[in-house]
Amino acid sequence: MKNDIIVAGVGGQGILSIAAAIGLAAVNSNLYIKQSEVHGMSQRGGDVQSHFRISDKPIASDLIPAGKADMIISVEPMEGLRYLPFLAPTGWLVTNVTPFNNIPDYPNIDDILSEIKAVKNHIAIDADAIAKEAGSTKASNIVMLGAASLFLDIPFERIEEGIRQLFGKKGNDVIQLNLKALRLGREFSKKNR
Amino acid sequence: MNNNKLLLLGDEAIAQGAIDGGLSGIYAYPGTPSTEIMEYVQGSKQAAELNIHRQWSTNEKTAMEAAIGMSYAGKRAMVCFKHVGLNVAADAFINASITGINGGLIVVSADDPSMHSSQNEQDSRFYGKFSMIPILEPSNQQEAYDMAYFGFELSEKLNVPVLMRITTRMAHSRAGVQRREVKPQNQLRLPSDPRQFVLLPSIARKNYKKLLVSQSAMELESEKSAYNQLIPGTDKSLGIITTGIAYNYLIENFPNHKCPYPVLKVCQYPIPRKQVTELYNDCEKLLIIEEGYPIVEEMIKGFLNIGKTIHGRLDGTLPRDGELNPNIVAKALGLPVTEGEPMPVVVKNRPPSLCPGCGHRDVYEDLNEAMKEYGTGRVFSDIGCYTLGALPPFNAINSCVDMGASITMAKGAADAGLVPAVAVIGDSTFTHSGMTGLLDAVIENSPITVIISDNSTTGMTGGQHSSATGRIVEICKGIGVHPDHIRVVTPLKKNHEENVKIIKEELAYHGVSVIIPQRECIQTFARRKKAEKKKSNE
Repeated sequence: MKNDIIVAGVGGQGILSIAAAIGLAAVNSNLYIKQSEVHGMSQRGGDVQSHFRISDKPIASDLIPAGKADMIISVEPMEGLRYLPFLAPTGWLVTNVTPFNNIPDYPNIDDILSEIKAVKNHIAIDADAIAKEAGSTKASNIVMLGAASLFLDIPFERIEEGIRQLFGKKGNDVIQLNLKALRLGREFSKKNR
Repeated sequence: MNNNKLLLLGDEAIAQGAIDGGLSGIYAYPGTPSTEIMEYVQGSKQAAELNIHRQWSTNEKTAMEAAIGMSYAGKRAMVCFKHVGLNVAADAFINASITGINGGLIVVSADDPSMHSSQNEQDSRFYGKFSMIPILEPSNQQEAYDMAYFGFELSEKLNVPVLMRITTRMAHSRAGVQRREVKPQNQLRLPSDPRQFVLLPSIARKNYKKLLVSQSAMELESEKSAYNQLIPGTDKSLGIITTGIAYNYLIENFPNHKCPYPVLKVCQYPIPRKQVTELYNDCEKLLIIEEGYPIVEEMIKGFLNIGKTIHGRLDGTLPRDGELNPNIVAKALGLPVTEGEPMPVVVKNRPPSLCPGCGHRDVYEDLNEAMKEYGTGRVFSDIGCYTLGALPPFNAINSCVDMGASITMAKGAADAGLVPAVAVIGDSTFTHSGMTGLLDAVIENSPITVIISDNSTTGMTGGQHSSATGRIVEICKGIGVHPDHIRVVTPLKKNHEENVKIIKEELAYHGVSVIIPQRECIQTFARRKKAEKKKSNE
């Protein structure tokens, strides 16, 4: 078993919370993981990505080879496309459709969406709207994780457990909200895959 | 993976390894990708209980010297910084190999190949070789932990500091780490020779000879080291030497990580002569894969290059610059390279930028307005978030060289006749290396305007404590800047006109002026408010 995942977004969007939740789920499942993060200059509103590797065997490289990623999880529509050179032909692009526009030449969103639709296996999800339905737009990253969870070889209960651990200190309301966001994201993928 | 393993960044593994290995004090100045080592120790309950020293230093040199002092007193110390920080600490660092150590001393230098957050990609291993001490270069997070844990003993055994060299991917990648039993800290104990640390020429000459003699002991340590492994292979048409994490990129390319060629995995230096010779004699040619400069490659190839064929970065088998990855290594081995779909042309670059609401933005808007009458090309800047003022929409600065260079470069340009010349420097960078340059300017009353953009934190690295906080005005007065020309302003939109006026006044003054726009970093401000709210809710 191996899942090689690129998590993409813009510095400040909190992509590391997605990585942290999967990390906990993987550790609780007794799997090997390697997760490479971006710290420093790019965190100031630049494009950021995390290489996330999970396996039942020891993992060598911290970086995923090009063309080998099983999934790209992107919290921003243009950012997911940036890493298509990493995606395997059978891999999934799971992406939010809400743009984060902090550059003067941000492209037309319709052009971005049509590129997303051109990817054979894709889930395009309005994570912000679904997070709002769950109770807070802050949970959009967890909606994305829920949508991605369908394509992870980790039991869903382990991911729920990861969420409980991750938000444990913030009280039961926050945990329940995020669990709801997680499930709604997963439901969306089930219906739209 | 075992459940009681910790999931740690390479930086964090080093920190935990040091704590468990008997660390008494860590000294550092923030710098990507090294910052998280100190941050981990500061956040560690265990470190607090053990009363381990864990405050940021004003710069890398003061950090290095304080660590030498702790080693002098018999205790185990660690110093951490990014690669260019080692340039700042170099004077102390090089001489620490001549003094030798008393308590174990580990120097961690984090290199940034491909320059993700740096102005160069210099290779710290050169410094290790330069000062003739052992270098440890982990290939994974467990080794990072173990090397820090056992590194103090190696240092004490060989009586020299040990350099630990990591690169960005090692620093900022997470994996499971198994801890070891916690060792006690050393007792306070003076050096047995009271003159060991007195580098008067007569003593230094003796110490240096000792260092030269101990080189063979260091080589022997490398040959015995478990971190250096000669892994047999069936296909001897090629032998491969990897250093540090390059090993991972190599074996990633083979099923079950089994490379058909013999491989020498080097993670401790000096490079082990015995194993290198064995590989060289056994194989038709060699390929050297190292993250960073082609140091090992140059050593083995030699100036005359008269032995067997040596492939690597020097002959173009691997790129001469930049970070390695599995695909680059696959190409070097002639293996098929996988690729996904190309990036669609619709995707635009998204460079980093100053945060919305950041005070530096207002500083640049004020400064650009005030500079209009003088034209462009007169603003020297420095290392920090405000370096992003070089990019649109501001295009406000003309230099970024090294910590503190804004003030001294402005002075030099003013000496040449470029008047007025302006320096833009941050608060933390000012106390790091700007103060001495300001003194130079004061002594000659150079016609420069220094803007110390004070956000009361070390911002770019994530908001660490700044030694300058609350002290800048007094420092400038103490250095001798005339109080009439120390102007504190608040960089806010509503103050734009007033601030422009003040900057213009100081640009017109033919002497040293310091303008201090003061407004807290909005990131640290938001975190502080959040923490206060949390506290009031409890």
